[in-house]
Amino acid sequence: MSRIQATFKTLKQQGKTALIPYITAGDPHPKHTVNLMHTLVKNGADMIELGIPFSDPMADGPVIQRASERALVHKVGLTAVLEMVKAFRQTDQATPIILMGYANPIEAIGAVNFADRAKAADVDGVITVDYPPEECGEFVKELRARDIDPVFLLSPTTEPSRIDLIVNQASGFVYYVSLKGVTGAANLDIAEVSQRVASIRKQTNLPVGVGFGIRDAVTAKATAAIADAVVVGSRMVQVIEASNDENLLNNVATLMLELKAAVDAAVKI
Amino acid sequence: MKLYDMPDARGHFGQFGGTFVAETLVEALDELRLMYEKYRHDPEFLAEFAYDLKHFVGRPSPIYHAKRLSDKVGGAQIYLKREDLNHTGAHKINNTIGQALLAKRMGKPRVIAETGAGQHGVATATIAARLGLECVVYMGSEDVKRQAPNVFRMKLLGATVVPVESGSKTLKDALNEAMRDWVTNVHNTFYIIGTVAGPHPYPMMVRDFQAVIGTEAKVQMMEMVGRQPDAVVACVGGGSNAMGIFYPYIDVPNVRLIGVEAAGHGLETGMHAAPLTANSPVGVLHGNRTYLMQDADGNIIETHSVSAGLDYPGVGPEHAWLKDIKRAEYVAITDDEAMAAFHNLCRTEGIIPALESSHALAYAEKLAKTMRKDEIVLVNLSGRGDKDINTVAKLANITL
Repeated sequence: MSRIQATFKTLKQQGKTALIPYITAGDPHPKHTVNLMHTLVKNGADMIELGIPFSDPMADGPVIQRASERALVHKVGLTAVLEMVKAFRQTDQATPIILMGYANPIEAIGAVNFADRAKAADVDGVITVDYPPEECGEFVKELRARDIDPVFLLSPTTEPSRIDLIVNQASGFVYYVSLKGVTGAANLDIAEVSQRVASIRKQTNLPVGVGFGIRDAVTAKATAAIADAVVVGSRMVQVIEASNDENLLNNVATLMLELKAAVDAAVKI
Repeated sequence: MKLYDMPDARGHFGQFGGTFVAETLVEALDELRLMYEKYRHDPEFLAEFAYDLKHFVGRPSPIYHAKRLSDKVGGAQIYLKREDLNHTGAHKINNTIGQALLAKRMGKPRVIAETGAGQHGVATATIAARLGLECVVYMGSEDVKRQAPNVFRMKLLGATVVPVESGSKTLKDALNEAMRDWVTNVHNTFYIIGTVAGPHPYPMMVRDFQAVIGTEAKVQMMEMVGRQPDAVVACVGGGSNAMGIFYPYIDVPNVRLIGVEAAGHGLETGMHAAPLTANSPVGVLHGNRTYLMQDADGNIIETHSVSAGLDYPGVGPEHAWLKDIKRAEYVAITDDEAMAAFHNLCRTEGIIPALESSHALAYAEKLAKTMRKDEIVLVNLSGRGDKDINTVAKLANITL
């Protein structure tokens, strides 16, 4: 059983929902990333989604794009990201790390090489935004051969037949994108999300994470009631963006504690 | 002989092309693919397309024998396919009409586009006005500054121009931003991509709409000289004008197809936009797999060309395929060589070519010199140079 699967299993036994914060590796500066990861865990992260900076993040909104740009100023590429995961693992062997990024940095070193190096760094899952299941059969095979979970996105427009196709390739969990549009977009319609998550559950036993549009305690609590995991990205990055070297870890901890309390207070529907 | 039949059902040209997009875009692309499959051979749709090409664009565009240029170069005869004479001044309008007619049939009242130099933006704004569609054009803020006349043209035509401040603030960032708009507003919006790139079905669809160039040329060459040219030369940024003239010639034996990329300050300087000629690695950007200018981490690197229309780090996947199967050849021309060809055509033939097309002209001159006088080089003169006079003046330190 992978670390991601084990984490979901434990949380389920406790009747809890996973809180998964997203940060972009190298944002605001590479020297902060490993400390930030530990801060996230100390303040309630059950897993961490770690973004691989990319020059052309088409599926992201301006907030996460700026995070990529800040990281790229310091030349934080895939190799540097894997080094950060290794450094994090020196003192934390428990928290699952899910890399999130775009296909090209992976293609640049090749699927096999990437899978080997991700395994060596002790990565647990990979979300590749622009690898739909039709285009990444080989890649998924390489990941699964090394017990790394390929995590896929489902969107409000994903048809039931496609959900089947996707969940057959996915492991660990599936990630329901609760809004049309890009990351950091407007408001969440919790009733609709609830309906969608229920229909996804009819097609798979994989845990369902929900992300996009979760900005505060209210939306986190409402989402936690219906999902197995709550992913918070743009809001986390906004707090990082608004911080300085001195208050960065404190500000992130404050947001995490608020989100964690909300997620833990949710009553499962 | 097996005829050329690409791409496959999912938009692959061998290892190139495909549909590398986020899940949020898959349904929109599926809808587009199905609608395009429905209409691409529909007689009524094709008749409407042909009507607009004839009466609105002014097609067929003539082929012109550049005699004085040929004599001056001293080799093969150079013929020009005059896409510069189209309404709005370039080949871009062919494709925007095709896609806008499709948008109308799909019931989408709003069209969006990305643009670099502004030619595709102007062509999109033009057909949007003609069909009564709302039009939003994304343009890098650097390009907005450099191409003020085209920005004003788009506004005159009723379009909204949105300056893009992210990334390198040029064409690729405009494309990213247009994709973001599309994924958010897909219920009422059609994204008119301007070149043979993007996810399937765009590379195929744009090629099909631009293929009118080569289809006309085949007929016109027979009428004019009773045979097909020995070589067809076209510039390649994303590659839509080149695909348009190459595609009908792919199955014609003994016609060399030559794509001319922008070597900028020279391939050896790294400041260019020539992924095919410079043997850039394969990668994934903007929804397709192709040759791509990138660093060791897989981040896209900045390109350079004097011609904004060629200033793109990738290339349409079908060109990548034609290179690999050796059906087409790809070469590169520097800024300086293109400028020389620009002035040469102005002075010898009374035609001001676009800086993009000047790259094709520059290579045609080199090639013609090595050929016999009874051989023929056909150049796709993809656009006129009126839009470039500020750039040319600035290079010569002249204030207009």
